[in-house]
Amino acid sequence: MAIVFQKPKALSDVPLHYCPGCTHGIVHRLVAEVIDELGIEGSTIGVAPVGCAVFAYNYFNCDMQEAAHGRAPAVATGIKRANPENIVFTYQGDGDLAAIGTAETVHAAARGENITIIFINNAIYGMTGGQMAPTTLVGQVTQTSPYGRKVEAQGYPIRMSEMLSTLEGPSYIKRCSVDSIKNINDTKRAIKKAFQNQIDKKGFSLVEVLSTCPTNWGLSPVEALDWLRENMIPHYPLGTYKDIDAEQKA
Amino acid sequence: MDKVLMKGNEAIAEAAIRAGCRHFFGYPITPQTEISAYMARRMPKIGGTFLQAESEVAAINMVYGAAGAGVRAMTSSSSPGISLKSEGISYIAGADLPCVIVNIVRAGPGLGGIQPAQSDYFQAVKGGGHGDYRMIVVAPSSIQEIVDSTFLAFDLADKYRMPVMLMGDGMLGQMMEPVAFPDTTGVKLPEKEWATTGTKKMRKPNIINSLYIQPDELEALIKNRWKKYIEIEQNEVRFEAEGTEDAEIILVAYGATARIVKAAIKKARENGIKAGLIRPITLWPFPSDVISAAAKKVKAILCVEMSMGQMVEDVRLSAAGACPVHFYGRTGGVVPIPADVYDEIRRYV
Amino acid sequence: MAKVKFNENACKGCELCTVVCPKKIVVMAKDRLNQKGFHPAQVIEMEKCIGCAFCATICPDVVITVEK
Repeated sequence: MAIVFQKPKALSDVPLHYCPGCTHGIVHRLVAEVIDELGIEGSTIGVAPVGCAVFAYNYFNCDMQEAAHGRAPAVATGIKRANPENIVFTYQGDGDLAAIGTAETVHAAARGENITIIFINNAIYGMTGGQMAPTTLVGQVTQTSPYGRKVEAQGYPIRMSEMLSTLEGPSYIKRCSVDSIKNINDTKRAIKKAFQNQIDKKGFSLVEVLSTCPTNWGLSPVEALDWLRENMIPHYPLGTYKDIDAEQKA
Repeated sequence: MDKVLMKGNEAIAEAAIRAGCRHFFGYPITPQTEISAYMARRMPKIGGTFLQAESEVAAINMVYGAAGAGVRAMTSSSSPGISLKSEGISYIAGADLPCVIVNIVRAGPGLGGIQPAQSDYFQAVKGGGHGDYRMIVVAPSSIQEIVDSTFLAFDLADKYRMPVMLMGDGMLGQMMEPVAFPDTTGVKLPEKEWATTGTKKMRKPNIINSLYIQPDELEALIKNRWKKYIEIEQNEVRFEAEGTEDAEIILVAYGATARIVKAAIKKARENGIKAGLIRPITLWPFPSDVISAAAKKVKAILCVEMSMGQMVEDVRLSAAGACPVHFYGRTGGVVPIPADVYDEIRRYV
Repeated sequence: MAKVKFNENACKGCELCTVVCPKKIVVMAKDRLNQKGFHPAQVIEMEKCIGCAFCATICPDVVITVEK
């Protein structure tokens, strides 16, 4: 019998520190599988900013840089401009990308910076214990929206994929989810296309991945998948929001 | 070597390019914007990168990425912009990355003014960012010295793998003087095998990082880095001393202020007052030895700055009570004039 | 015939694999704890395994290797 599924080489042997059932681990593996399949482990550099996934610099078998909170797209820009032949990706949470790092995100996209951003949207700040994020849903209870997010006080959650797709710079923006096998496989295809766009120098690519945070959502890992399906997907519709290849064909 | 008349800001940019810098990330702020404008013109012609970032915060983090990828990278700004970069500078120090940060100081605090000042001394020398770290700070006082200091800054940054600040002020940035550039043919940039250039599947991954959750691991790292700082304090101090052998009063001043003080000293000498100058060129490592030695021989030391008095604290520390240390300063963008400095000298002799 | 192998001590007992297995043969081993103190996931009737790797696909900790 042949092995049909195993740990990708681009994923290191360091055990992941994530909470049980946290879907960060799935997305890490998908990124590593894509790096293996595209044969780019030797030329890839990842950027892990502050957040639960800051320790990603221990989890990938390629060169990594840890970045200040919110600054991964800027750090990635520096790396890419230093050695444009390298493949550069960032792996960011929603607080990092859509709160403190909004400017870096918008301007890297507007520049069409030829980097790939993996954007994990789990509607909460995980590392610091469950505070409200810019993607926290209206009414969602978190440590800093203890009575449920109130629009009149805390405004509305941001749909980053839609917002960024209004810019000319990006070549590919897709929102996916890892709540089911079908969606996980779809997420992998999206990540692979995003990296391929970078290889083909088509410019900025971003994959937003709806992800769970069982611990801070106060749910079991299995319940968290259901919660994601019933609450997050309706507010954050899955789909491709920018694809210059499709536009050219149309 | 043929000389060319150049504005301070542009001399920094040209010197950086000749020192091998091919990656500059800037942001507009008076009085240093010419550095970006110059880089915008020159970098595309030599295959370099000039990028105007969306903020000074983004710019310093672009420097972090590029420096971590092994290239000579630089950013420049002025006072408020340097405040924005302070977190990034701390990360750069914490990740042992070499780079050059230019501060063409303007009056503060807050939006302050756009005229020259030296009120960022504490920010630069006492660490504007968080945590235990030091940053080499070089303070030239002429356009030629700006050029030489830019080369020095890049060399020290690479030699010690740390951030180096080139500190000027609005006057130096905007002044024009003839300069000559050193010949750099055949000069090779140092190898950086620690950089994130891609493993090429031939080595273990390089990681650029300043996060160490285990306290004893982080302490060991900081203490190890401190050995480097002590070595720098022993080997990299630079200063100019003029007329200090027979001096009864010594003035301490740096940057453009030192030139004004020289004029005042000349007038003092003409009027029979034996005044001398100690001009720190590196603000860190601070030339404390030469000041403490001088303090034992003179009646008084007079520290002159374009601020309410910041370097004077380090002068007092160095003098350690061996003689009185007085201060005269103008701030808010006001530039002191030799006559006023001369009047101050006469008060203390 | 297909086979799945669980790196039992890497399992965090999150149970995601148990809900996606089309053959319903992935269950939590209530009789023991792994090194982390979790009940690890396991396959009880290996002969029913079709090697679809759904369990491995949703596992956040790369606990499962699949052969076919």
